[in-house]
Amino acid sequence: MSGKTLYEKLWDNHVVAAPEGEPTLLYIDLHLVHEVTSPQAFDGLRLNDRRVRRPDLTLATADHNVPTDPLSTPVGDPISKRQLEALDENCKEFGITVFPRGHENQGIVHVIGPELGVTQPGMTIVCGDSHTSTHGALGSLAFGIGTSEVEHVLATQTLPQQKAKTMSVSVEGTPPPNVSAKDIVLAIVGRLGTGGGAGYVIEYRGDAIRALSMEGRMTVCNMSIEAGARAGLVAVDETTIAYLRGRPGVPEGDEFDDAAERWRSFVSDDDAIFDLEITLDASDLVPFVTWGTNPAQVVALDGVVPSADDVHDSDEKNTVQRALDYMDLTPGTPLRSIPVDVVFIGSCTNSRIEDLRAAAAVVKGSRVSDGVRALVVPGSRRVKNQAESEGLDQVFIDAGFEWREPGCSMCLGMNPDILTPGQRCASTSNRNFEGRQGRGGRTHLVSPVVAAATAIMGRFASPEEVPA
Amino acid sequence: MKPVHVLEGRGVPLERSDVDTDQIIPSDWLKRVERTGFGRGLFSEWRDDTTFVLNQPEYAGASILLAGPRFGTGSSREHAVWALMDYGFEAVIAPSFGDIFRNNSSKQGLVTVQLSLKDVEDLNQMVKEDPSRLLVVDVERLSVEVPDAGWHRAFVLDPMTRERLLEGWDDIGISLRREDAITRYEATSSAPSLVGVFDAQGHAR
Repeated sequence: MSGKTLYEKLWDNHVVAAPEGEPTLLYIDLHLVHEVTSPQAFDGLRLNDRRVRRPDLTLATADHNVPTDPLSTPVGDPISKRQLEALDENCKEFGITVFPRGHENQGIVHVIGPELGVTQPGMTIVCGDSHTSTHGALGSLAFGIGTSEVEHVLATQTLPQQKAKTMSVSVEGTPPPNVSAKDIVLAIVGRLGTGGGAGYVIEYRGDAIRALSMEGRMTVCNMSIEAGARAGLVAVDETTIAYLRGRPGVPEGDEFDDAAERWRSFVSDDDAIFDLEITLDASDLVPFVTWGTNPAQVVALDGVVPSADDVHDSDEKNTVQRALDYMDLTPGTPLRSIPVDVVFIGSCTNSRIEDLRAAAAVVKGSRVSDGVRALVVPGSRRVKNQAESEGLDQVFIDAGFEWREPGCSMCLGMNPDILTPGQRCASTSNRNFEGRQGRGGRTHLVSPVVAAATAIMGRFASPEEVPA
Repeated sequence: MKPVHVLEGRGVPLERSDVDTDQIIPSDWLKRVERTGFGRGLFSEWRDDTTFVLNQPEYAGASILLAGPRFGTGSSREHAVWALMDYGFEAVIAPSFGDIFRNNSSKQGLVTVQLSLKDVEDLNQMVKEDPSRLLVVDVERLSVEVPDAGWHRAFVLDPMTRERLLEGWDDIGISLRREDAITRYEATSSAPSLVGVFDAQGHAR
């Protein structure tokens, strides 16, 4: 008999009941909650006179709606204000720990879970947000759910689930300079397409993944959903354990060592068999930019805007043409000649300390190009504090960037940070859908170092183009 | 959830692929704490365009959406399902769906029917020829029919989803029947409680 994949181990450890002909009931170790996908779930509990089964396994933070203005500025939008208040009230009523705007632990839900050490290897983690796949970087099975399922987990601490298929994506070799975790995952999404991962849980493997920091692995797992996969995984290794040591949610001393020993088992067995295996050569990778309106529409920064004539399928032709029209791009245009109006560094994909360090190193001593609005939005208050203690805030401010309060910000147009119609943005976020960053806005997904270089040059650029 | 057996209604051909949930309901609408009233936000960025198919009078009142490949990818927002249902859609027929969207639909009683691209294109054609044509989505027999054209196709739903739709079952009620098993599991589970990690104000201890 062959060994087990990491996914199979995580699944088997969490089976509560496996009734014949019905989905398996899986136990959920950690339920992360935010203000947008939870109010209707709490209402459902009240209507049915149900309680939260395990408030001690549930943690809430405000992120999508919070303005990233200074904390002294009140929440201007009354509908957002009401939703943020509802999160506080619901958490208070049901006994759940919550980090509201301004709290020392507040931040984007997928940034705070790992940084607080509440995301741990071997867990099952859910959240009413599709980028929950991020937490898989720590060897936990983590996936996004809808509001009905949020209510289900609140009430039962379980979820009925169908077992997914397993996909191994191996990235082998050493990537060239200035190719980051973001470029690795853009390459993977470009290869799989937006539906290629549907029905699978992806395990990212290979020496290029092993060589990534935890922040980099989170960036990769984060965008699993952009290829249609609900969860991404990276096996536990010493990088994982070193990252977790000393964080508030993990034990100390001998207990930590015991936990670490257990965590080391959360890897795929050598003889495990995946349903699908894909390999990418890291040395082939380059900095990427999305040109269109879905995250699989990826092109090399060195490349040109594609044409609908490049594809043969008529449905695909229409999709390409629609994207070109929406993005107001002409086929054949070199990416490096396309000017931008806005640069956004932030989001659950790229707002961690390592991302900010990498971007700051590029902009240090330079100035943001005239007419470009450039924002840096740390993923959490802890990230913000850390960056400020390293002087990164001053590097960004001196270069002409806005240094803002933590939140989801311009990733998704649910707070005051939005594009105006027609604006073009180089963004370190995860989705370039039509109107994602604000109605009529045009989003190009890039890595933090490409975003930083683009802010300085006023057009898509790589770090080596920034004058020293 | 209301039980769903046989749906009869007119179709509307969307004819777009990769329609993500941000297009179905833009994020500005997600600030609301209610579960109703999202129909006005359905495809709202496209509805300003007078040529958009939902603005065509011949499709007013259609209850079956004919969509393209990979319908409902992206964000997990169940608001997308609420918006489609609040607008009046009872079923979506497409060559493929985003996983989370399809799952969310099943919780609300929105029927998602997966047919081949060719079959969806044929349906689009029939509906465009005669928008008043009646389509039938039969959850009991797992078939889609266009009676006046003599056209019918079988589709697949996992048995549990079909049963839940037919019975209108509440998932939470079903799972709570296994409360003993949950309690037994918890007795052996190693999930670390957050009570020891944060104090009442959420500060790390």
